[in-house]
Amino acid sequence: MKVLLRNPRRELELPGPLAVQALLSSLGCNRESVLVMVDGTLVTGDATIPDSATVEIRPVISGGSS
Amino acid sequence: MDVRRHNAAFCAPCFTRHCREQVKRAIDSYKMVAPGERVLVAVSGGKDSLALWDILLELGYHADGLYIGLGIGDYSDESASFTREFAAQRSADLIEISIPGEFGFDIPTGARAAKRAPCSACGLSKRHLFNKAALDGGYDVVATGHNLDDEAAVLFGNVLRWDLAYLGRQYPVLPGGLGFARKVKPLVRLGERETAAYCVLKGIDYIVEECPMSAGNRHLGYKEALNAIEQTSPGSKAAFYFGFLERIVPMVQPAAEEERGGLHPCPGCGSPTVSEVCAFCKLVSRAAERG
Repeated sequence: MKVLLRNPRRELELPGPLAVQALLSSLGCNRESVLVMVDGTLVTGDATIPDSATVEIRPVISGGSS
Repeated sequence: MDVRRHNAAFCAPCFTRHCREQVKRAIDSYKMVAPGERVLVAVSGGKDSLALWDILLELGYHADGLYIGLGIGDYSDESASFTREFAAQRSADLIEISIPGEFGFDIPTGARAAKRAPCSACGLSKRHLFNKAALDGGYDVVATGHNLDDEAAVLFGNVLRWDLAYLGRQYPVLPGGLGFARKVKPLVRLGERETAAYCVLKGIDYIVEECPMSAGNRHLGYKEALNAIEQTSPGSKAAFYFGFLERIVPMVQPAAEEERGGLHPCPGCGSPTVSEVCAFCKLVSRAAERG
């Protein structure tokens, strides 16, 4: 799966399928600080991401860059 | 969209309805806006202010937008563009003020001249200009996009320092009078994930990249600390903030009221200040001296 991260913008390739929570944990992301979108659609924390998907992990915290 | 502190997950239509209901509940609970009043929404092109403006319009309020150009390069250009696009799509009225255009300096330059952090120069400029625009334009209230995460982080910082005057001013409604327009924060019942998700689900384009001037600031650190707690104990931020409003605000409001007693009009611009000259006039004059 292609993973797009923001602030700063960067892309990673990771193997799937992978649970959203497992993906966030592997990247050190707090689920309270981000939205996860799979192929442009918002998904909940219990979703599983297929290997072929494009995932955006969008930070939602205003007031600085992480 | 899952909202863990509510122990709930929503489909798209129910989620956007949830957001509107939370805003309406905040407006009604704290008596923020009376029917028929004119609202000036402080918009930055970010998720919170655009979500707020959209929800207020959908709830039927007379809500115009005010965008302040800060002169921070591409960031300001892009945020202005998102704001204008939003306003155009909804045929909403947008007022624009350019600090470089009208006052001859941008925020980075002004901050250096006044020996202030950029966020400090930005905040005082925006507060001054929002207030002036509201009074000049005959608006009843200024609405800002401060959300639950913002308020919890500010509260956290004020508690760390035990700053009673700031704690006394931290309420979702600041009354008008003495040269101030009423200021309200209708998003206080929504977290940042919710306002971001609202924009995504409503197809509202907003600036995702953060202001380059704000990197590494203390406020962000407070948010990270609170989110670390929230991750293992959902609902902690809401309990912290709303518990403060219910139980502590009555004890600390006198400290803020005492400070308001020292207000007088600034000799430069007429805005209320406790100093000899208001902070914005001082900033303008120092930026002009620097040239």
